[in-house]
Amino acid sequence: MRDVLLKGGRVVDPAAGRDEVADVLLRASRVAGIAPEISSDDADVVDCRGLVVAPGFVDLHTHLREPGREDAETVETGSRAAALGGYTAVCAMANTDPVADNAGIVEQVAAFGRRAGLVDVYPVGAITVGLKGERLAEMGEMATSSARVRFFSDDGRCVQNAALMRRAMEYARTFDAIIANHAEEGDLAAGGQMNEGDVSSILGLPGIPAEAEELIVARDLALARLTGARLHVPHVSTAGTVALIRAAKAAGASISAEVTPHHLCLTEDLIRTYDPVYKVAPPLRTKADVEALRDALLDGTIDCVATDHAPHTQDDKEREWDAAPCGMVGLETALGVVCAEAGLDLTRLVERMSTAPARIRGLSGHGGPLNEGAPANITVFDPEAAWTIDAATMATRSRNTPFVGRELKGKVHHTIYGGRFTVREGRITNGQG
Amino acid sequence: MIRHLLSIRDLDPDGIEKILATAASLADVGSRQVKKYPTLRGRTIVNLFYESSTRTRLSFELAAKRLSADVLNFSASGSSVEKGESLKDTAQTIEAMGVDCIVVRHKSSGAPLRLSKWVSANVINAGDGMHEHPTQALLDLYTMRQHFPSFAGLRVAIVGDVRHSRVARSDVLALQMLGAEVTLVGPPTLMPPNASSWGVELTAEIEEVLPKIDVVYVLRIQLERMEAGFLPSLSEYSRLWGLDSRRAALLKDDALIMHPGPMNRGVEVSAEAAELPRSVITDQVANGIATRMALLYLMLGGEHSVEASASA
Repeated sequence: MRDVLLKGGRVVDPAAGRDEVADVLLRASRVAGIAPEISSDDADVVDCRGLVVAPGFVDLHTHLREPGREDAETVETGSRAAALGGYTAVCAMANTDPVADNAGIVEQVAAFGRRAGLVDVYPVGAITVGLKGERLAEMGEMATSSARVRFFSDDGRCVQNAALMRRAMEYARTFDAIIANHAEEGDLAAGGQMNEGDVSSILGLPGIPAEAEELIVARDLALARLTGARLHVPHVSTAGTVALIRAAKAAGASISAEVTPHHLCLTEDLIRTYDPVYKVAPPLRTKADVEALRDALLDGTIDCVATDHAPHTQDDKEREWDAAPCGMVGLETALGVVCAEAGLDLTRLVERMSTAPARIRGLSGHGGPLNEGAPANITVFDPEAAWTIDAATMATRSRNTPFVGRELKGKVHHTIYGGRFTVREGRITNGQG
Repeated sequence: MIRHLLSIRDLDPDGIEKILATAASLADVGSRQVKKYPTLRGRTIVNLFYESSTRTRLSFELAAKRLSADVLNFSASGSSVEKGESLKDTAQTIEAMGVDCIVVRHKSSGAPLRLSKWVSANVINAGDGMHEHPTQALLDLYTMRQHFPSFAGLRVAIVGDVRHSRVARSDVLALQMLGAEVTLVGPPTLMPPNASSWGVELTAEIEEVLPKIDVVYVLRIQLERMEAGFLPSLSEYSRLWGLDSRRAALLKDDALIMHPGPMNRGVEVSAEAAELPRSVITDQVANGIATRMALLYLMLGGEHSVEASASA
């Protein structure tokens, strides 16, 4: 494999405290040098002037749908979407069919990931058997399997039983795993179709009050205090949740939180169209919530951006609002949305997209620092490039993006995974990199 | 005229007045010997009812037939919908048959709006989930107009399960658009969330409201509301918010009693109150036909006058 020389890019690597124009030399699967000026006679030289060179992005919240819903996504198509979005690692959620609640399934998903070979796929294990919220899944079997699961979540299902959640947190400590809980108090949210508020009131759709999320987050923060567990709060959607996390962090809790690109910019007003492309869990909230989420991402109350990439087939999505499933695809648009909407400087942008999620999940090969000898997991992007997504050319197998027609800013040029281009000049290399 | 009627918001005050005026000039058709106008001869209207309905479907069917349209009735049970056909597929199937207008009732809020994006036919919302029921609002306005010359300053109280009521949502919008003042009366569990943004008065005290209003509009209380915990019991509801003859006596002399039907006599309204002379509940049913005729006529029949059409 030829050496690769990334020439003249602005290297933004928060883990190394680096933000400077430099050349980056890659040899085999690793970083071989980083210096203001590197020359090489035989390297594949890539002109990165005007572009940002950063550690590859890491997604803590991805639905790859395989096994079970290969019509919506496969590990392979989802990996392509991830690579195009600048990702070198994704955490595949457990709500597959069958559910990833045992060693066999998580090993299978990891193997699909290796076979696709475009990103590291880290399976997330279910907290409870079948996501049913009744008894603990064999977390130890998943942790000690070849998939080495260190992240547990029942994904779209909230563990309602506080005693069970306590046991799960205690048990997860054995493996130093993080545990995430979709925060939605089941009785309060029952039948809910969108955020409860002025818009739901007009549209005649049953609402899910912000408090349904905040009650569970408050409970789980208390349980994390009780158990010492590493709680990760997924897809924060309300200003009230932000306040709870801010207070808990100020009190020294070892917790983390994520926000999705869509919750950083879309509001419930879009639902006036009744177009289920805007149906997502947690639901789109209000402008005030969006502003609180942006502030929280900026000041670090929310640690990172996670896509909650949730592919659904057109048949499933193009139905009456209350019959349609929740979810939006997001891997290919995340950077474009975050650059356009989040108001982050480049260091914080890379930190929130790469460094922080890699740290939360404990991935030493991702998120930088891009020092000599580090695995070459890198994304090269133009943070200023304006573009719009063309649903027809997306790599994900599904088309349920709310961002068609919206001007995005920030485009991935190259993604390098383990020293090889998975994306070059904005196109999947099909292993020819 | 508008292409679709999905919400009262699709209309403006002039549009509503035009429908009411047209309904008035069509109303006498019911009492004529030949009950038909030829206006919509050759046009096809399909009643696409995903939810059971007797009065609304019959009312639309009669309205269409009195305008000489061909009418197809489609109900979800026993159809391809039960075999899993999607709304979009059904819509396109009907569209392919060359239908001019689709009258749709659906349990899902927003289904008529979605449908309207997939077809070239005119779409009329005949009730969607808890969202709207705009033709009910039009016939309610028509009924009020028979007794009151102007909506400006008219005081209307809507009593009961506003939260789950598509009728209430359409009535509130229509009444406000025409300058009426609306008060919502009932227990807070049955008031819509964020009702403060509706621009209406809210109260739980029905007996304070009744002497001040021109119309009391009583909504149906469904048994499942009690089962879902919105109410402790129907008898308690009836005791606190039901309209009985004692409470009806608090009304002004010329005030009207209205109800969209079907009534739960003895729950939200007593049999005696429903049958008082001031009750116009059966008028509402009759007026539904004229109002829907007017709407179909204006949406599908173009702009020629009723008289010209009637003599054609």
